Amino acid sequence: MSGNSYLPRKLHSLLGVIPLGLFFIEHALTNYSAFEGGLEGFNRSVNFLHQLPLVFFLELILIWLPILFHGVYGLYIAYQSNLNTGRFQYGRNWAFALQRISGVITFIFVIWHVWETRIQVALGNTTYEELGAHMHEIFTNPAYIVIYVIGVIAASFHFANGLWAFLVSWGITIGPRAQRVSSNICMGIFVIVAVLFLLSLVAFSGDEFASAAAAAGSASIG
Amino acid sequence: MADTATKPRTVKFIITRRDRPEAAPYTEEFEIPYRPNMNVISALMEIQRNPVKADGTKTTPVVWESNCLEEVCGACSMVINGKPRQACSALVDKLEQPIRLEPMSTFPVVRDLVINRERMFQALKKVKAWIPIDGTYDLGPGPRMAESKRQWAYELSKCMTCGVCLEACPNVNDRNSFIGPAPISQVRLFNAHPTGEMNAHERLEALMDDGGIEGCGNSQNCVRSCPKGIPLTTSIAAINRDTTKHMFKKWLTS
Ligand code: SF4
Ligand code: FES
Repeated sequence: MSGNSYLPRKLHSLLGVIPLGLFFIEHALTNYSAFEGGLEGFNRSVNFLHQLPLVFFLELILIWLPILFHGVYGLYIAYQSNLNTGRFQYGRNWAFALQRISGVITFIFVIWHVWETRIQVALGNTTYEELGAHMHEIFTNPAYIVIYVIGVIAASFHFANGLWAFLVSWGITIGPRAQRVSSNICMGIFVIVAVLFLLSLVAFSGDEFASAAAAAGSASIG
Repeated sequence: MADTATKPRTVKFIITRRDRPEAAPYTEEFEIPYRPNMNVISALMEIQRNPVKADGTKTTPVVWESNCLEEVCGACSMVINGKPRQACSALVDKLEQPIRLEPMSTFPVVRDLVINRERMFQALKKVKAWIPIDGTYDLGPGPRMAESKRQWAYELSKCMTCGVCLEACPNVNDRNSFIGPAPISQVRLFNAHPTGEMNAHERLEALMDDGGIEGCGNSQNCVRSCPKGIPLTTSIAAINRDTTKHMFKKWLTS
């Protein structure tokens, strides 16, 4: 490879946490509002977000461009790695392999998920108000439920384990004890964020969102 | 007691061989007489004396490299039963049979178990893993090193460029220009030295070049594999901190 890879790699690591990691947590909480506050809670959260000033530029600079860079450069990083967990069956080596596998899964999932939701809103096929109903429709298909479950678990792992690696790559956690403690904390974060997302999946496929979907359906017919 | 005399004990080996660097690898099986306390090198010496395969046919002697025979030179590194390590300290009594020997193929294979570790020596040159004291006049004794620092620096100085950590690393391969764990730890060693520290920035900049420290993906296989118990991941993280600081310092002062 030509040129210096130090800066892009460093940027890749940073973008994964700021802004993408922060956005990811925000996304988990917004979704969780569907579980905690039902349809109304979810709508309130969605409305709050898309009524932010300059929302297009915020999305572009804090989400779209970072995802594109992190994803494409991440694929290159994955391509540059061997997976040797067969010979070296250590926990951290498994995490190394899973970080790359979950990264590829997450990137594909995110592209598809953005197509299904944000781009459908942009195309005018659905609206922010109907998003809850739209999600329910997606979840009437069991195949999509499976894809979403895999997607959110992969994304949560990739985020939490990436946070651990970020702390090492930026020279914040140095010794073995510090890295062990941060590893435990990050695995805790993985579980918490994954559960938040899974609970929102439960809410989306539940009754309240079903009636919203029915209402939205009859509204568009009528 | 009676059956101990029936059949002499033997040791089975399956060895991955290669005749020339560009030739295809193949395996050969050997069964050699057991002797107490034998190690993989003494077994290879036996095969050298009597190059006969397990099936009784003659073959060429298996080629390997070794020097110190006490795990300090790193020359005899090879993959033994799936793990990279030194053949001279691999005791046959402690290995599961058949014992499988392969070259560390992360490096160019010269022949049989002999590899070329040139890239490691190039890496040490690249990061300037030495203390520059040559001059046209006597530079004097130089500053002293704190004893507490000397103790951990001594651990890092045990590296014998054996290549095991590069073999274990999933990011050292031909799609990746990553320099490997050992030279990064050497930068930490020479930057810790009170005189070496005067050129610390040069070593850090070498690691911020293409294929430098950013190639580390934190699999941490290196620290689990190093025969000298060198805290490689601690060195890598410490140099991550130093290169990060150096990056900001350069941005803000240039
Ligand atoms: S750091 Fe350890 S494994 Fe790596 S070359 Fe040095 S002695 Fe060998
Ligand atoms: S011969 Fe020197 S390390 Fe084995």
